Amino acid sequence: MSDHEYQPTSKAGKWFNDRLPLLSLVSHLKDYPTPKNLNYWWTFGGILTFCLLTQIITGIVLAMHYVAHADLAFGSVEHIMRDVNYGWLIRYIHSNGASMFFLAVYIHIFRSLFYGSYKSPREIIWIIGILIYLLMMAAAFMGYVLPWGQMSFWGATVITNLFSAIPLVGESITTWLWGAYSVDNPTLNRFFSLHYLIPFLILGLVVLHIWALHVPGNNNPVGIDIKKPSKDTVPFHPYITIKDIFALLVFMIIFAGFVFFAPNVLGHSDNYIPANPMVTPAHIVPEWYLLPFYAILRSVPDKLGGVILMFSAIFILFILPWLDTSKVRSAVFRPIYRQFFWILVLDILVLGYVGAMPAEGIYLVLARVGTIYYFLHFLVILPVVGYLEKTDPLPINISDAVMSGSSNLSIAKKDEKKV
Amino acid sequence: MADNKKTTRRDFLYTATYTIGAVGLGATIWPFIDQMNPDKSVQALATTEVDVSTVEPGNTITVLWRGKPVFLKRRTQDEINEARAVNLKELKDPQKDEDRVKEGKDEWLVMLGVCTHLGCVPLSNKGDYKGGWFCPCHGSHYDVSGRIRKGPAPVNMEIPKYEFVDNNTIKIG
Repeated sequence: MSDHEYQPTSKAGKWFNDRLPLLSLVSHLKDYPTPKNLNYWWTFGGILTFCLLTQIITGIVLAMHYVAHADLAFGSVEHIMRDVNYGWLIRYIHSNGASMFFLAVYIHIFRSLFYGSYKSPREIIWIIGILIYLLMMAAAFMGYVLPWGQMSFWGATVITNLFSAIPLVGESITTWLWGAYSVDNPTLNRFFSLHYLIPFLILGLVVLHIWALHVPGNNNPVGIDIKKPSKDTVPFHPYITIKDIFALLVFMIIFAGFVFFAPNVLGHSDNYIPANPMVTPAHIVPEWYLLPFYAILRSVPDKLGGVILMFSAIFILFILPWLDTSKVRSAVFRPIYRQFFWILVLDILVLGYVGAMPAEGIYLVLARVGTIYYFLHFLVILPVVGYLEKTDPLPINISDAVMSGSSNLSIAKKDEKKV
Repeated sequence: MADNKKTTRRDFLYTATYTIGAVGLGATIWPFIDQMNPDKSVQALATTEVDVSTVEPGNTITVLWRGKPVFLKRRTQDEINEARAVNLKELKDPQKDEDRVKEGKDEWLVMLGVCTHLGCVPLSNKGDYKGGWFCPCHGSHYDVSGRIRKGPAPVNMEIPKYEFVDNNTIKIG
């Protein structure tokens, strides 16, 4: 945090700021010293803020036309698509926006994993981030139920039935979640209510996420602590704002590509069939962003075991800052960890792929290997590599790393070695 | 570029960027505003046909059009005469009765049954003017031509667009 005392120049501004220091906050956000070597992987925070606001705005609009009732929901979504002025556009932005949101959040999370952004002193930022990720999954799941198509209905049935795996109270919990003896109108109504609530909880957590970020300041590709402000930093505005806007525009082109040219490619055609409690579709799959966890669930030949493992796969992330024993943050200076990082990326992609495939034969084998490796990475590889790995020497400051002839960090690093 | 007043390439780029940005932003915002306008399915319901063959002189029927009541009053010759005898200078919103009906169909007054004050529905055959209307909400009196005569309403009750499809059928909207 910059500690300089900000004083508005105008008298009215000063009067207001003395009573509510909003202008000081704006000044802090503008001048916020940012490492000067942030690369484009750092633009996804801003992109995610955009995604959240897009989902909230389009969601509020959709709620103006949507009817949360088992008999009317499907028809009201079709009404949005066919009748409401630009309803098709707004709904496609919202449904594809969910996918874009997850795409951005996965990049954001893997960026943190690569550059060690979750490590001390940024554990709280990381934990809040995982909470946001959890809420995002809940919101996405409930939102997918609202159109009340076949995938909505059976997705809701399968996911709520996860809770029936809990010993003794499982059945009561699922009945309580449903408000009926199956997924039915009361379920749809409460999912709509919660789907509307969760984004605002996320928004609150985002404020805390950024607040917690502004205490230690940004991590950076070199991963070293820096003095702030110093020659290693630049003010957030205009340097980072302009970079964020540029990245956002590129992101929006891809987003618009989906919305206008392939709006249903990420969804499932079965969801254009109205919900039918009598017939389950042949092949139920969740949305792509939940597939790795779905694969972990299905890889275990035991109901409770599968559920426990799936939730563990997410909750393990909460203790990640303490599982990684290495003091060096950035994978740029961790030759061994860097390789395991990419294996983990591959592992999760494989899990996602087999999650979309039938749970049989080679796919089941791959799912089991992938699941075992996922936990191995966090519980064994991370702590052990942290102890055994011989890390490359760190630069003393960012300027040395950046100014040593190239912005390519690996070259900078080698130059550093010679020194 | 020593001369500060000269328009530079950078000025052009700034202006062009801001212009494109503003156009893009406007084009993005418009769908979010327009979605609240009545859509095509609502517009499709915007006309109502009424069979008026059973209405006796002196009686009023009320039909719903665009979610609002429309009064169709078949006036007696006495009522028409009375409406036309009014001195226009006495009126708050001067308008001839002839201008409020279709020529040759003088007995039919087709009028939006919405008080021009704050949107309540006035009561037929009530108020200080015989055959007129009275709005119970804030006490506006309308005469037999639906013109405001007394009370807070600013103008006469509105005549919607309508036409006689044939002698017995009126199409509103």
